[in-house]
Amino acid sequence: MHGTTILLIEIGALLFALGMLGRLGRRVGLSPIPLYLLTGLAFGHGGLIPLSASEEFITVGAEIGVVLLLVMLGLEYSAGELVGNLRAAAPAGLLDALLNALPGAAFALLIGWRWQAAVALAGITWVSSSGVTAKVLGDLGRLGNRETPVVLSVLVIEDLAMAFYLPLVTATLAGVGLAGGLKALAVAVVTVVAVLVVAIRYGRTISRFISVRDPEALLLSVLGVTLFVAGVAAELKVSAAVGAFLVGIALSGPVAHHATEMLSPLRDLFAAVFFVFFGLSTDPADIPPVLLPALGLAVLTMATKVLTGYLAGRRAGIALPGRLRAGLALLARGEFSVVIAGLAVSYGVEPRLAPLATAYVLVTVVSGPLLARLPDYAWFKAFLRRRTTGRRPLPAREDPA
Amino acid sequence: MSSTFIGVRVRVEQTPLPGIGVRHDLVTSSGRTVGVVSHRNGRRDLVLYDVDDPDSCLASIPLTDGEAEALADVLGASLMLGQLAGLRQQAAGLLTEQIALPAGSPFVGRRLGDTRTRTRTGASIVAVLRDREVIASPGPSFVFEANDVVVAVGTREGLDGVTAILAGDVDD
Repeated sequence: MHGTTILLIEIGALLFALGMLGRLGRRVGLSPIPLYLLTGLAFGHGGLIPLSASEEFITVGAEIGVVLLLVMLGLEYSAGELVGNLRAAAPAGLLDALLNALPGAAFALLIGWRWQAAVALAGITWVSSSGVTAKVLGDLGRLGNRETPVVLSVLVIEDLAMAFYLPLVTATLAGVGLAGGLKALAVAVVTVVAVLVVAIRYGRTISRFISVRDPEALLLSVLGVTLFVAGVAAELKVSAAVGAFLVGIALSGPVAHHATEMLSPLRDLFAAVFFVFFGLSTDPADIPPVLLPALGLAVLTMATKVLTGYLAGRRAGIALPGRLRAGLALLARGEFSVVIAGLAVSYGVEPRLAPLATAYVLVTVVSGPLLARLPDYAWFKAFLRRRTTGRRPLPAREDPA
Repeated sequence: MSSTFIGVRVRVEQTPLPGIGVRHDLVTSSGRTVGVVSHRNGRRDLVLYDVDDPDSCLASIPLTDGEAEALADVLGASLMLGQLAGLRQQAAGLLTEQIALPAGSPFVGRRLGDTRTRTRTGASIVAVLRDREVIASPGPSFVFEANDVVVAVGTREGLDGVTAILAGDVDD
Protein backbone atom coordinates (compact mmCIF):
# COMPACT_ATOMS: atom_id res chain seq x y z
CA MET A 1 0.00 0.00 0.00
CA HIS A 2 1.08 3.59 -0.55
CA GLY A 3 2.99 5.32 2.25
CA THR A 4 0.40 7.97 2.97
CA THR A 5 -2.43 5.45 3.00
CA ILE A 6 -0.80 3.51 5.83
CA LEU A 7 -0.16 6.84 7.54
CA LEU A 8 -3.86 7.72 7.40
CA ILE A 9 -4.84 4.32 8.76
CA GLU A 10 -2.31 4.46 11.60
CA ILE A 11 -3.03 8.07 12.61
CA GLY A 12 -6.77 7.55 12.31
CA ALA A 13 -6.72 4.46 14.49
CA LEU A 14 -4.41 6.14 16.99
CA LEU A 15 -6.53 9.27 17.37
CA PHE A 16 -9.73 7.27 17.67
CA ALA A 17 -8.16 5.10 20.35
CA LEU A 18 -7.00 8.23 22.20
CA GLY A 19 -10.50 9.67 22.01
CA MET A 20 -12.08 6.54 23.44
CA LEU A 21 -9.44 6.27 26.16
CA GLY A 22 -9.90 9.92 27.09
CA ARG A 23 -13.63 9.37 27.41
CA LEU A 24 -13.06 6.36 29.65
CA GLY A 25 -10.60 8.32 31.72
CA ARG A 26 -12.97 11.23 32.25
CA ARG A 27 -15.62 8.88 33.55
CA VAL A 28 -13.21 7.60 36.18
CA GLY A 29 -12.08 11.15 36.92
CA LEU A 30 -8.64 10.55 35.41
CA SER A 31 -6.77 13.16 33.37
CA PRO A 32 -6.15 11.96 29.78
CA ILE A 33 -2.39 12.69 30.02
CA PRO A 34 -1.36 9.35 31.57
CA LEU A 35 -3.57 7.52 29.08
CA TYR A 36 -1.86 9.26 26.16
CA LEU A 37 1.56 8.40 27.60
CA LEU A 38 0.57 4.77 28.08
CA THR A 39 -0.74 4.60 24.52
CA GLY A 40 2.59 5.90 23.28
CA LEU A 41 4.36 3.29 25.37
CA ALA A 42 2.14 0.53 24.01
CA PHE A 43 3.06 1.37 20.42
CA GLY A 44 6.37 2.52 19.00
CA HIS A 45 9.77 1.08 19.85
CA GLY A 46 9.50 -2.16 21.72
CA GLY A 47 5.73 -1.83 21.92
CA LEU A 48 2.88 -3.87 20.53
CA ILE A 49 2.71 -2.46 17.00
CA PRO A 50 5.42 -0.13 15.73
CA LEU A 51 3.87 2.87 13.96
CA SER A 52 6.38 3.05 11.13
CA ALA A 53 4.69 5.19 8.50
CA SER A 54 3.46 7.90 10.84
CA GLU A 55 6.68 8.44 12.81
CA GLU A 56 7.69 11.63 11.00
CA PHE A 57 4.18 13.05 11.12
CA ILE A 58 3.97 12.38 14.84
CA THR A 59 7.36 14.01 15.40
CA VAL A 60 6.23 17.20 13.66
CA GLY A 61 2.86 17.02 15.38
CA ALA A 62 4.59 16.82 18.74
CA GLU A 63 6.60 19.98 17.98
CA ILE A 64 3.40 21.82 17.06
CA GLY A 65 1.81 20.40 20.22
CA VAL A 66 4.44 22.00 22.44
CA VAL A 67 4.05 25.31 20.63
CA LEU A 68 0.26 25.28 21.00
CA LEU A 69 0.38 24.22 24.66
CA LEU A 70 2.65 27.11 25.46
CA VAL A 71 0.89 29.76 23.40
CA MET A 72 -2.43 28.87 25.08
CA LEU A 73 -0.71 29.14 28.45
CA GLY A 74 0.56 32.60 27.49
CA LEU A 75 -2.87 33.66 26.21
CA GLU A 76 -4.39 32.81 29.58
CA TYR A 77 -2.23 35.35 31.35
CA SER A 78 -1.90 39.00 30.55
CA ALA A 79 1.46 40.71 30.86
CA GLY A 80 0.08 42.89 33.65
CA GLU A 81 -1.06 39.84 35.58
CA LEU A 82 2.35 38.21 35.31
CA VAL A 83 4.24 41.24 36.51
CA GLY A 84 1.72 42.09 39.24
CA ASN A 85 1.81 38.55 40.53
CA LEU A 86 5.57 38.43 40.45
CA ARG A 87 6.16 40.88 43.24
CA ALA A 88 3.64 39.34 45.63
CA ALA A 89 4.39 35.70 44.99
CA ALA A 90 8.14 35.79 44.34
CA PRO A 91 9.09 34.33 47.77
CA ALA A 92 6.62 31.47 47.33
CA GLY A 93 7.99 30.85 43.84
CA LEU A 94 11.56 30.80 45.10
CA LEU A 95 10.60 28.37 47.87
CA ASP A 96 8.85 26.19 45.30
CA ALA A 97 11.98 26.14 43.13
CA LEU A 98 14.33 25.31 46.00
CA LEU A 99 12.15 22.62 47.56
CA ASN A 100 11.29 20.85 44.33
CA ALA A 101 14.11 21.38 41.83
CA LEU A 102 16.98 20.60 44.22
CA PRO A 103 15.78 17.07 45.10
CA GLY A 104 15.63 16.25 41.38
CA ALA A 105 19.14 17.55 40.75
CA ALA A 106 20.51 15.84 43.88
CA PHE A 107 18.84 12.56 42.90
CA ALA A 108 20.39 12.64 39.42
CA LEU A 109 23.85 13.37 40.77
CA LEU A 110 23.49 10.68 43.45
CA ILE A 111 22.78 7.94 40.93
CA GLY A 112 25.77 9.07 38.92
CA TRP A 113 24.31 11.02 36.02
CA ARG A 114 26.11 13.93 34.39
CA TRP A 115 25.31 17.45 35.55
CA GLN A 116 23.43 18.21 32.32
CA ALA A 117 21.01 15.39 33.13
CA ALA A 118 20.75 16.76 36.68
CA VAL A 119 19.70 20.18 35.36
CA ALA A 120 17.03 18.48 33.23
CA LEU A 121 15.74 16.30 36.08
CA ALA A 122 15.59 19.36 38.35
CA GLY A 123 13.21 21.00 35.90
CA ILE A 124 11.15 17.80 35.58
CA THR A 125 10.53 17.54 39.34
CA TRP A 126 10.05 21.27 39.81
CA VAL A 127 7.11 22.35 37.67
CA SER A 128 3.55 21.35 38.49
CA SER A 129 1.17 20.86 35.59
CA SER A 130 -0.88 24.05 35.20
CA GLY A 131 -3.49 22.23 33.12
CA VAL A 132 -4.09 19.36 35.53
CA THR A 133 -4.00 21.59 38.62
CA ALA A 134 -6.47 24.09 37.16
CA LYS A 135 -8.77 21.22 36.22
CA VAL A 136 -8.52 19.71 39.71
CA LEU A 137 -9.38 23.06 41.30
CA GLY A 138 -12.35 23.47 38.99
CA ASP A 139 -13.62 19.90 39.43
CA LEU A 140 -13.41 20.07 43.23
CA GLY A 141 -15.19 23.42 43.35
CA ARG A 142 -12.22 25.15 44.93
CA LEU A 143 -12.03 28.18 42.63
CA GLY A 144 -13.56 30.37 45.33
CA ASN A 145 -11.32 29.08 48.12
CA ARG A 146 -8.93 31.51 49.73
CA GLU A 147 -5.92 29.28 49.15
CA THR A 148 -6.59 29.10 45.40
CA PRO A 149 -4.91 32.44 44.55
CA VAL A 150 -1.81 31.09 46.35
CA VAL A 151 -1.85 27.95 44.18
CA LEU A 152 -2.44 29.96 41.01
CA SER A 153 0.38 32.41 41.73
CA VAL A 154 2.81 29.53 42.32
CA LEU A 155 1.80 28.16 38.89
CA VAL A 156 2.24 31.60 37.28
CA ILE A 157 5.72 32.00 38.76
CA GLU A 158 6.68 28.51 37.60
CA ASP A 159 5.47 29.25 34.07
CA LEU A 160 7.39 32.51 34.01
CA ALA A 161 10.48 30.80 35.42
CA MET A 162 10.28 28.23 32.63
CA ALA A 163 10.73 31.08 30.14
CA PHE A 164 14.22 31.45 31.58
CA TYR A 165 14.83 27.84 32.49
CA LEU A 166 14.08 26.25 29.12
CA PRO A 167 16.74 28.24 27.23
CA LEU A 168 19.20 27.38 29.99
CA VAL A 169 18.38 23.67 29.72
CA THR A 170 18.46 23.74 25.92
CA ALA A 171 21.86 25.38 25.83
CA THR A 172 23.18 23.09 28.59
CA LEU A 173 21.98 19.93 26.87
CA ALA A 174 23.44 21.11 23.54
CA GLY A 175 26.77 20.88 25.28
CA VAL A 176 27.86 24.51 25.28
CA GLY A 177 29.05 24.25 28.87
CA LEU A 178 28.23 26.47 31.83
CA ALA A 179 29.42 29.73 30.18
CA GLY A 180 27.30 29.07 27.11
CA GLY A 181 24.35 28.23 29.32
CA LEU A 182 24.65 31.51 31.21
CA LYS A 183 24.90 33.41 27.94
CA ALA A 184 21.69 31.76 26.71
CA LEU A 185 20.09 32.64 30.04
CA ALA A 186 21.11 36.29 29.63
CA VAL A 187 19.62 36.38 26.12
CA ALA A 188 16.43 34.83 27.48
CA VAL A 189 16.17 37.35 30.32
CA VAL A 190 16.57 40.29 27.94
CA THR A 191 14.02 38.85 25.49
CA VAL A 192 11.40 38.07 28.13
CA VAL A 193 11.74 41.45 29.82
CA ALA A 194 11.54 43.20 26.43
CA VAL A 195 8.40 41.30 25.46
CA LEU A 196 6.76 41.98 28.83
CA VAL A 197 7.51 45.70 28.60
CA VAL A 198 6.22 45.91 25.01
CA ALA A 199 3.14 43.87 25.89
CA ILE A 200 2.28 46.10 28.84
CA ARG A 201 2.89 49.35 26.96
CA TYR A 202 1.70 48.53 23.45
CA GLY A 203 -0.50 45.49 24.07
CA ARG A 204 -3.61 47.14 22.72
CA THR A 205 -1.85 48.28 19.54
CA ILE A 206 -0.51 44.80 18.90
CA SER A 207 -3.95 43.26 19.41
CA ARG A 208 -5.55 45.82 17.11
CA PHE A 209 -2.95 45.01 14.46
CA ILE A 210 -3.73 41.31 14.56
CA SER A 211 -7.43 41.67 15.18
CA VAL A 212 -9.51 40.61 12.23
CA ARG A 213 -13.21 40.09 12.37
CA ASP A 214 -12.99 37.00 10.18
CA PRO A 215 -12.35 34.00 12.47
CA GLU A 216 -10.55 32.08 9.72
CA ALA A 217 -8.12 34.96 9.13
CA LEU A 218 -7.59 35.31 12.88
CA LEU A 219 -6.82 31.61 13.25
CA LEU A 220 -4.34 31.59 10.37
CA SER A 221 -2.59 34.79 11.40
CA VAL A 222 -2.23 33.90 15.10
CA LEU A 223 -1.13 30.35 14.35
CA GLY A 224 1.28 31.63 11.70
CA VAL A 225 2.85 34.23 13.99
CA THR A 226 3.16 31.70 16.81
CA LEU A 227 4.85 29.01 14.70
CA PHE A 228 7.13 31.58 13.10
CA VAL A 229 8.25 33.12 16.38
CA ALA A 230 8.64 29.66 17.93
CA GLY A 231 10.85 28.58 15.04
CA VAL A 232 12.99 31.71 15.27
CA ALA A 233 13.29 31.26 19.03
CA ALA A 234 14.41 27.67 18.54
CA GLU A 235 17.06 28.85 16.06
CA LEU A 236 18.31 31.38 18.61
CA LYS A 237 18.50 28.53 21.16
CA VAL A 238 15.88 30.30 23.29
CA SER A 239 13.60 27.26 22.80
CA ALA A 240 10.44 27.14 20.67
CA ALA A 241 8.28 26.73 23.78
CA VAL A 242 9.43 30.07 25.21
CA GLY A 243 8.84 31.84 21.88
CA ALA A 244 5.28 30.54 21.76
CA PHE A 245 4.69 31.49 25.41
CA LEU A 246 5.82 35.06 24.74
CA VAL A 247 3.51 35.36 21.71
CA GLY A 248 0.65 34.35 23.98
CA ILE A 249 1.66 36.98 26.54
CA ALA A 250 1.94 39.69 23.90
CA LEU A 251 -1.66 39.14 22.76
CA SER A 252 -4.35 40.34 25.11
CA GLY A 253 -7.95 41.43 25.29
CA PRO A 254 -10.59 40.23 22.83
CA VAL A 255 -7.94 38.93 20.40
CA ALA A 256 -6.62 36.67 23.14
CA HIS A 257 -10.13 35.52 23.95
CA HIS A 258 -11.01 34.70 20.32
CA ALA A 259 -7.61 33.14 19.68
CA THR A 260 -8.09 30.90 22.72
CA GLU A 261 -11.42 29.70 21.36
CA MET A 262 -9.98 29.03 17.90
CA LEU A 263 -6.81 27.32 19.06
CA SER A 264 -8.29 25.11 21.79
CA PRO A 265 -9.35 22.24 19.49
CA LEU A 266 -5.99 22.34 17.69
CA ARG A 267 -4.20 22.40 21.02
CA ASP A 268 -6.15 19.38 22.22
CA LEU A 269 -5.27 17.44 19.08
CA PHE A 270 -1.58 18.26 18.91
CA ALA A 271 -1.02 18.09 22.66
CA ALA A 272 -2.37 14.54 22.58
CA VAL A 273 0.08 13.77 19.75
CA PHE A 274 2.84 15.34 21.82
CA PHE A 275 2.23 13.06 24.81
CA VAL A 276 1.90 10.02 22.58
CA PHE A 277 5.16 10.93 20.87
CA PHE A 278 6.98 11.03 24.18
CA GLY A 279 5.60 7.61 25.05
CA LEU A 280 6.55 6.32 21.61
CA SER A 281 10.16 7.37 22.01
CA THR A 282 10.38 5.43 25.27
CA ASP A 283 10.89 1.67 25.23
CA PRO A 284 8.52 0.10 27.78
CA ALA A 285 11.15 -2.50 28.60
CA ASP A 286 13.32 0.32 30.03
CA ILE A 287 10.74 1.24 32.65
CA PRO A 288 10.79 -1.62 35.23
CA PRO A 289 14.47 -1.03 36.23
CA VAL A 290 13.76 2.68 36.93
CA LEU A 291 10.30 2.16 38.41
CA LEU A 292 11.38 2.02 42.05
CA PRO A 293 13.66 5.07 41.84
CA ALA A 294 10.88 6.94 39.98
CA LEU A 295 8.43 6.01 42.72
CA GLY A 296 10.84 7.15 45.41
CA LEU A 297 11.50 10.43 43.63
CA ALA A 298 7.76 10.94 43.14
CA VAL A 299 6.98 10.38 46.82
CA LEU A 300 9.79 12.73 47.86
CA THR A 301 8.86 15.53 45.49
CA MET A 302 5.14 15.20 46.23
CA ALA A 303 5.99 15.69 49.90
CA THR A 304 8.04 18.77 49.03
CA LYS A 305 5.12 20.16 47.01
CA VAL A 306 2.83 19.76 50.02
CA LEU A 307 5.45 21.58 52.08
CA THR A 308 5.60 24.34 49.45
CA GLY A 309 1.83 24.76 49.57
CA TYR A 310 1.88 24.69 53.37
CA LEU A 311 4.53 27.40 53.67
CA ALA A 312 3.05 29.57 50.91
CA GLY A 313 -0.38 29.26 52.51
CA ARG A 314 0.97 30.13 55.93
CA ARG A 315 2.60 33.24 54.48
CA ALA A 316 -0.77 34.27 52.99
CA GLY A 317 -2.56 33.81 56.29
CA ILE A 318 -4.46 30.65 55.33
CA ALA A 319 -5.47 28.20 58.06
CA LEU A 320 -4.12 24.64 58.25
CA PRO A 321 -6.74 22.85 56.10
CA GLY A 322 -6.26 25.42 53.34
CA ARG A 323 -2.48 25.05 53.45
CA LEU A 324 -2.74 21.29 52.93
CA ARG A 325 -5.31 21.75 50.17
CA ALA A 326 -2.91 24.14 48.43
CA GLY A 327 0.00 21.69 48.64
CA LEU A 328 -2.03 18.67 47.53
CA ALA A 329 -3.39 20.53 44.50
CA LEU A 330 0.14 21.09 43.16
CA LEU A 331 1.24 17.43 43.09
CA ALA A 332 0.72 16.57 39.42
CA ARG A 333 3.56 17.04 36.95
CA GLY A 334 2.75 17.17 33.25
CA GLU A 335 3.34 19.39 30.27
CA PHE A 336 6.61 21.09 31.18
CA SER A 337 8.14 17.97 32.68
CA VAL A 338 7.48 16.06 29.45
CA VAL A 339 8.78 19.00 27.35
CA ILE A 340 12.06 19.05 29.31
CA ALA A 341 12.37 15.27 29.19
CA GLY A 342 11.73 15.43 25.44
CA LEU A 343 14.52 17.98 25.06
CA ALA A 344 16.88 15.72 26.97
CA VAL A 345 15.92 12.76 24.78
CA SER A 346 16.46 14.72 21.56
CA TYR A 347 19.98 15.65 22.69
CA GLY A 348 20.65 12.08 23.78
CA VAL A 349 21.99 13.05 27.18
CA GLU A 350 21.08 10.13 29.43
CA PRO A 351 19.33 6.98 28.19
CA ARG A 352 17.60 6.31 31.50
CA LEU A 353 16.14 9.82 31.75
CA ALA A 354 13.20 9.24 29.39
CA PRO A 355 11.87 6.07 31.10
CA LEU A 356 12.43 7.64 34.54
CA ALA A 357 10.60 10.80 33.49
CA THR A 358 7.74 8.78 31.97
CA ALA A 359 7.28 6.70 35.09
CA TYR A 360 7.61 9.78 37.30
CA VAL A 361 5.04 11.81 35.37
CA LEU A 362 2.65 8.84 35.27
CA VAL A 363 2.84 8.37 39.03
CA THR A 364 2.34 12.05 39.89
CA VAL A 365 -0.33 12.83 37.31
CA VAL A 366 -2.45 9.85 38.40
CA SER A 367 -2.01 10.16 42.15
CA GLY A 368 -2.04 13.97 42.24
CA PRO A 369 -5.73 14.50 41.47
CA LEU A 370 -6.64 11.56 43.74
CA LEU A 371 -4.65 12.91 46.69
CA ALA A 372 -6.06 16.39 46.10
CA ARG A 373 -9.44 15.03 47.15
CA LEU A 374 -8.09 13.97 50.54
CA PRO A 375 -8.97 17.16 52.44
CA ASP A 376 -12.61 16.80 51.40
CA TYR A 377 -13.11 13.58 53.35
CA ALA A 378 -14.87 13.86 56.69
CA TRP A 379 -12.30 11.74 58.54
CA PHE A 380 -9.49 14.01 57.30
CA LYS A 381 -11.36 17.13 58.41
CA ALA A 382 -12.09 15.59 61.79
CA PHE A 383 -8.43 14.65 62.20
CA LEU A 384 -7.34 18.20 61.42
CA ARG A 385 -9.95 19.69 63.72
CA ARG A 386 -8.70 17.56 66.59
CA ARG A 387 -5.17 18.73 65.93
CA THR A 388 -6.02 22.43 65.78
CA THR A 389 -8.67 22.76 68.51
CA GLY A 390 -7.68 25.56 70.82
CA ARG A 391 -4.97 26.70 68.44
CA ARG A 392 -7.12 27.88 65.56
CA PRO A 393 -5.42 30.78 63.76
CA LEU A 394 -7.47 33.91 63.11
CA PRO A 395 -8.91 34.36 59.61
CA ALA A 396 -6.76 36.56 57.38
CA ARG A 397 -9.23 39.42 56.79
CA GLU A 398 -10.61 41.91 59.26
CA ASP A 399 -14.39 41.95 59.38
CA PRO A 400 -15.97 45.40 58.81
CA ALA A 401 -17.29 47.09 61.92
CA MET B 1 -13.14 48.06 46.21
CA SER B 2 -16.31 49.07 47.98
CA SER B 3 -19.85 50.03 47.12
CA THR B 4 -22.25 52.18 49.14
CA PHE B 5 -25.91 51.81 49.81
CA ILE B 6 -27.80 54.59 51.54
CA GLY B 7 -25.07 55.41 53.98
CA VAL B 8 -24.35 51.82 55.07
CA ARG B 9 -20.88 50.82 53.93
CA VAL B 10 -20.51 47.27 52.67
CA ARG B 11 -16.94 46.35 51.85
CA VAL B 12 -16.56 44.11 48.81
CA GLU B 13 -13.12 42.58 48.44
CA GLN B 14 -11.76 41.91 44.98
CA THR B 15 -9.09 39.25 44.40
CA PRO B 16 -7.65 38.47 40.96
CA LEU B 17 -7.35 34.79 40.06
CA PRO B 18 -4.61 34.64 37.41
CA GLY B 19 -5.63 32.59 34.42
CA ILE B 20 -9.22 32.23 35.64
CA GLY B 21 -10.86 35.58 36.35
CA VAL B 22 -11.66 37.55 39.47
CA ARG B 23 -13.35 36.88 42.81
CA HIS B 24 -15.50 39.33 44.76
CA ASP B 25 -16.58 38.52 48.27
CA LEU B 26 -18.09 40.23 51.26
CA VAL B 27 -18.54 39.38 54.92
CA THR B 28 -22.09 39.82 56.17
CA SER B 29 -22.84 41.32 59.55
CA SER B 30 -23.97 37.86 60.66
CA GLY B 31 -20.42 36.61 60.07
CA ARG B 32 -20.95 34.60 56.89
CA THR B 33 -18.85 35.18 53.79
CA VAL B 34 -20.48 35.16 50.35
CA GLY B 35 -18.70 35.63 47.07
CA VAL B 36 -18.89 35.53 43.30
CA VAL B 37 -16.17 34.04 41.09
CA SER B 38 -16.39 35.72 37.67
CA HIS B 39 -14.65 33.66 35.02
CA ARG B 40 -12.94 35.25 32.08
CA ASN B 41 -15.12 33.28 29.69
CA GLY B 42 -18.24 34.92 31.10
CA ARG B 43 -19.36 32.21 33.53
CA ARG B 44 -19.88 33.03 37.15
CA ASP B 45 -20.10 30.91 40.33
CA LEU B 46 -21.87 31.93 43.52
CA VAL B 47 -19.77 30.75 46.45
CA LEU B 48 -20.69 30.36 50.09
CA TYR B 49 -17.90 29.92 52.61
CA ASP B 50 -17.74 27.42 55.44
CA VAL B 51 -18.13 28.71 58.98
CA ASP B 52 -15.68 26.21 60.50
CA ASP B 53 -13.08 26.63 57.77
CA PRO B 54 -13.33 30.20 56.47
CA ASP B 55 -10.90 29.48 53.62
CA SER B 56 -12.99 26.75 52.08
CA CYS B 57 -16.14 26.96 49.98
CA LEU B 58 -19.12 25.13 51.35
CA ALA B 59 -20.92 25.48 48.05
CA SER B 60 -19.89 26.69 44.61
CA ILE B 61 -22.96 27.18 42.45
CA PRO B 62 -22.50 27.96 38.75
CA LEU B 63 -25.06 30.51 37.52
CA THR B 64 -26.00 31.11 33.91
CA ASP B 65 -26.50 34.67 32.66
CA GLY B 66 -30.26 34.35 33.08
CA GLU B 67 -29.97 32.93 36.56
CA ALA B 68 -27.58 35.67 37.67
CA GLU B 69 -29.94 38.33 36.32
CA ALA B 70 -32.93 36.71 37.99
CA LEU B 71 -31.11 36.52 41.32
CA ALA B 72 -30.05 40.16 41.04
CA ASP B 73 -33.67 41.11 40.33
CA VAL B 74 -34.99 39.18 43.31
CA LEU B 75 -32.41 40.79 45.60
CA GLY B 76 -33.15 44.21 44.14
CA ALA B 77 -36.90 43.78 44.51
CA SER B 78 -36.58 42.66 48.10
CA LEU B 79 -34.46 45.75 48.74
CA MET B 80 -37.14 47.98 47.28
CA LEU B 81 -39.85 46.31 49.30
CA GLY B 82 -37.75 46.72 52.41
CA GLN B 83 -37.20 50.38 51.67
CA LEU B 84 -40.88 51.09 51.08
CA ALA B 85 -41.91 49.11 54.15
CA GLY B 86 -39.41 51.01 56.24
CA LEU B 87 -40.70 54.26 54.86
CA ARG B 88 -44.15 53.80 56.30
CA GLN B 89 -42.54 53.81 59.73
CA GLN B 90 -40.29 56.73 58.75
CA ALA B 91 -37.33 54.60 59.90
CA ALA B 92 -33.81 56.12 59.83
CA GLY B 93 -35.13 59.35 58.26
CA LEU B 94 -35.83 57.71 54.93
CA LEU B 95 -38.40 59.34 52.69
CA THR B 96 -39.91 58.47 49.39
CA GLU B 97 -40.75 61.00 46.76
CA GLN B 98 -42.15 61.03 43.27
CA ILE B 99 -40.02 63.39 41.20
CA ALA B 100 -41.32 64.30 37.77
CA LEU B 101 -38.70 64.58 35.06
CA PRO B 102 -38.85 68.28 34.16
CA ALA B 103 -39.50 69.27 30.54
CA GLY B 104 -36.03 70.61 29.88
CA SER B 105 -34.19 67.81 31.66
CA PRO B 106 -30.90 66.84 30.03
CA PHE B 107 -31.64 63.20 30.82
CA VAL B 108 -34.58 62.72 28.47
CA GLY B 109 -33.34 60.10 26.02
CA ARG B 110 -30.32 59.28 28.20
CA ARG B 111 -29.57 56.34 30.46
CA LEU B 112 -30.34 56.15 34.18
CA GLY B 113 -26.73 55.15 34.76
CA ASP B 114 -25.57 58.50 33.32
CA THR B 115 -27.29 60.40 36.14
CA ARG B 116 -25.13 58.65 38.76
CA THR B 117 -27.71 59.68 41.34
CA ARG B 118 -26.83 56.92 43.76
CA THR B 119 -23.13 57.78 43.72
CA ARG B 120 -23.70 61.49 44.02
CA THR B 121 -26.63 61.70 46.47
CA GLY B 122 -26.96 58.31 48.12
CA ALA B 123 -30.63 58.19 47.14
CA SER B 124 -31.93 55.26 45.11
CA ILE B 125 -34.29 55.36 42.16
CA VAL B 126 -36.50 52.36 42.83
CA ALA B 127 -39.18 52.76 40.17
CA VAL B 128 -40.25 54.91 37.24
CA LEU B 129 -43.87 55.72 36.45
CA ARG B 130 -44.55 56.02 32.74
CA ASP B 131 -48.02 56.27 31.14
CA ARG B 132 -49.62 54.85 34.28
CA GLU B 133 -47.26 51.87 34.15
CA VAL B 134 -44.83 51.10 36.97
CA ILE B 135 -41.36 50.04 35.91
CA ALA B 136 -39.75 48.60 39.04
CA SER B 137 -36.01 48.46 39.78
CA PRO B 138 -34.84 50.17 36.58
CA GLY B 139 -31.28 49.19 35.68
CA PRO B 140 -28.49 51.59 34.70
CA SER B 141 -29.27 51.06 31.01
CA PHE B 142 -32.86 52.25 31.41
CA VAL B 143 -33.53 55.21 29.07
CA PHE B 144 -35.65 58.11 30.30
CA GLU B 145 -38.51 59.54 28.25
CA ALA B 146 -40.31 62.82 28.60
CA ASN B 147 -43.02 62.91 31.32
CA ASP B 148 -41.45 60.05 33.27
CA VAL B 149 -42.00 60.24 37.03
CA VAL B 150 -39.13 58.92 39.09
CA VAL B 151 -39.84 57.27 42.45
CA ALA B 152 -36.79 57.83 44.66
CA VAL B 153 -35.97 56.79 48.21
CA GLY B 154 -33.47 58.54 50.40
CA THR B 155 -32.81 61.24 52.96
CA ARG B 156 -34.20 64.74 52.52
CA GLU B 157 -30.85 66.00 51.21
CA GLY B 158 -30.51 62.99 48.91
CA LEU B 159 -33.92 63.51 47.35
CA ASP B 160 -33.24 67.21 46.88
CA GLY B 161 -30.03 66.20 45.16
CA VAL B 162 -31.91 63.87 42.79
CA THR B 163 -34.33 66.68 41.93
CA ALA B 164 -31.41 68.95 41.15
CA ILE B 165 -29.61 66.37 39.01
CA LEU B 166 -32.69 65.53 36.99
CA ALA B 167 -33.38 69.23 36.42
CA GLY B 168 -29.90 69.63 35.05
CA ASP B 169 -28.79 72.03 37.77
CA VAL B 170 -25.74 69.95 38.61
CA ASP B 171 -22.68 69.81 36.36
CA ASP B 172 -22.10 66.42 34.76
